[in-house]
Amino acid sequence: MGILEIKDVGKRFGGLKALSDVNLSVQENTCHAIIGPNGAGKSTLLNCLVGKLIPDTGSVMFQGQSVLGRSPHEINQMGISRVFQTPEIFGDLTVFENMMIPLFAKRDGAYRLHAIESVSNERTLIEEAEKMLEEVNMLDKRHMHSASMSRGDKRRLEMAMCLVQEPKLLLLDEPTAGMARADTNNTIDLLKQIKDERDITIAIIEHDMHVVFSLADRITVLAQGTPLVEDAPENIKGHPKVQEAYLGEAH
Amino acid sequence: MLGLDKKDSTLLLIVVALTMLAPFILNPFPTESGLAQFNAGYPDLMQRFVIFGIFAIGFNILFGLTGYLSFGHAAFLGIGSYSAVWMFKLLSMNIIPAILLSVVIAGIFALVIGFVSLRRTGIYFSILTLAFAQMSFALAYSVLTPLTNGETGLQLTLNDPRILGISQTADGSIPVTNLFGLEMRGAFDLVVGPWSFTFSAGYYVCAVVMLLAFYMSIRIFRSPFGLMLRAIKSNQQRLNYTGLNPKPYTLAAFVISGMYAGLAGGLMAAMDPLAGAERMQWTASGEVVLMTILGGAGTLIGPVLGAGMIKYFENIFSKINDNVLHSWFSFMPDGLEDSVVFIIHPFVGKGWHLTLGIIFMLVVTFLPGGLVEGGQRIARLFRRKKTVEPKSAKTEPAE
Repeated sequence: MGILEIKDVGKRFGGLKALSDVNLSVQENTCHAIIGPNGAGKSTLLNCLVGKLIPDTGSVMFQGQSVLGRSPHEINQMGISRVFQTPEIFGDLTVFENMMIPLFAKRDGAYRLHAIESVSNERTLIEEAEKMLEEVNMLDKRHMHSASMSRGDKRRLEMAMCLVQEPKLLLLDEPTAGMARADTNNTIDLLKQIKDERDITIAIIEHDMHVVFSLADRITVLAQGTPLVEDAPENIKGHPKVQEAYLGEAH
Repeated sequence: MLGLDKKDSTLLLIVVALTMLAPFILNPFPTESGLAQFNAGYPDLMQRFVIFGIFAIGFNILFGLTGYLSFGHAAFLGIGSYSAVWMFKLLSMNIIPAILLSVVIAGIFALVIGFVSLRRTGIYFSILTLAFAQMSFALAYSVLTPLTNGETGLQLTLNDPRILGISQTADGSIPVTNLFGLEMRGAFDLVVGPWSFTFSAGYYVCAVVMLLAFYMSIRIFRSPFGLMLRAIKSNQQRLNYTGLNPKPYTLAAFVISGMYAGLAGGLMAAMDPLAGAERMQWTASGEVVLMTILGGAGTLIGPVLGAGMIKYFENIFSKINDNVLHSWFSFMPDGLEDSVVFIIHPFVGKGWHLTLGIIFMLVVTFLPGGLVEGGQRIARLFRRKKTVEPKSAKTEPAE
């Protein structure tokens, strides 16, 4: 049994079959990559996991519990964190304030009205936030207005915000899309470090093969809404079906 | 101090000093001088300054922090006033139960209206709140006449069945509102040379309530709850995927700001025990939006400044009529005097809205952070003059 079990998931948008018969099992403490050409249904699948979409058929179980029908914040509280294609952070707040929000969510749950205490008195949480910022090399930027940072920094902040919650499963949606080579390499290093140092399962959707092959333990190739092949990275590279999916059918 | 950091404590102390010394500060001109008409230190206006200050502080908790623009907050103000007057009619002329009831009733209405309105965001939320406020206005104006006395407004009469008190005083008049015997209407004048300062009991009661409200708002701004509200304004999607449910937070902010409005309405009735439907009209809701934006939405002190400025314009600037203008420019030759008065005339007196509108446009265009931003810029200018230091000393956001 994997930490995440996707069974017979199907999703239609009107006449378009976005996903059909998706069966996928993500093993604990591995990095599982989902690749595929544009329109293969990668993002749809991801949205089905985090509560943004509800599949028409099938089931999605996380640690033996169904995630279907739950809202995004409930799914996050179960231990699934998501990193977006374009970094989603609280742009109006400082880096430090950005870090405090997931820490409050982790400690207090989805909602708690603590309107009288002061944020600056939360010593333990502040220490945790600073420790995490140190880990991603952003402690010197803690008072910065987060919207004014570079894209790479925003990405690192977003990952730090997800990691500080100590999720069991981290979902990454094309984390290096639109990044310069140097930023991409930094992100790969950061992800490798995360993978090595923590008990964390990572599911990653990615276009960039360089990223996929440097990180993934297992790769699923999705084409036209169905998994084509699932195998270890070294076997995927030369797989005829994969080349077919990416380059089009040979006639 | 009081659980605030140094900067906030300083701000609170400044506000305490300003409100406590307001009778002096607002009456800077000798009573006989030509500028005496710019004196704003009479009880009625001072009370309005702080009461609308409370209203705007509360509105700012919703609009300034979460970004949800309510166009119906005057409804809660009106509801607060009606509740307070009913308390005066039925229970006692003491203002404490009246104000408590107005806060509670406004809070209940805010809970219901907020629960429905907050299902939508952006312009739809604003329209929903506007619709609810106009419904409340219509109900108060005509449908619920037995409860609100329709267009005449709810007033005290000589035969109110006051349980803890008398229906009329010995000389056959309506008793006045009081705080354990301290009459709200009570005031004494301090005459220093040509100056005259009025100290009103009602003003000081309002001022103390305003200071408490202001202190509460600082605590809310600095609390985890306040941080969540700012996060809602910034990025709801990220908040959802961080395991937080924005709905209860926004609803709590809506109810808190509704209770502030109810408090303001209750105080208004406590100072002058009558309540009319016009307090709930959409123009009144729009006014608090203007106050907050003019002063600086999302800042602590901004809404109070905005409220003060608008009320000053409404009451002082509007009194400058043609006669006053002629007396000012009487040193000029006749033809020139008339033409100068002709040019200025549309902007003063009844035309005060025009001046306010121009100021509002200028502020929104050049100082998006409101008067507070203006103050900050001036302060920065002075600081730069004092010490010529390298620019890199402070990192500023690029925006």
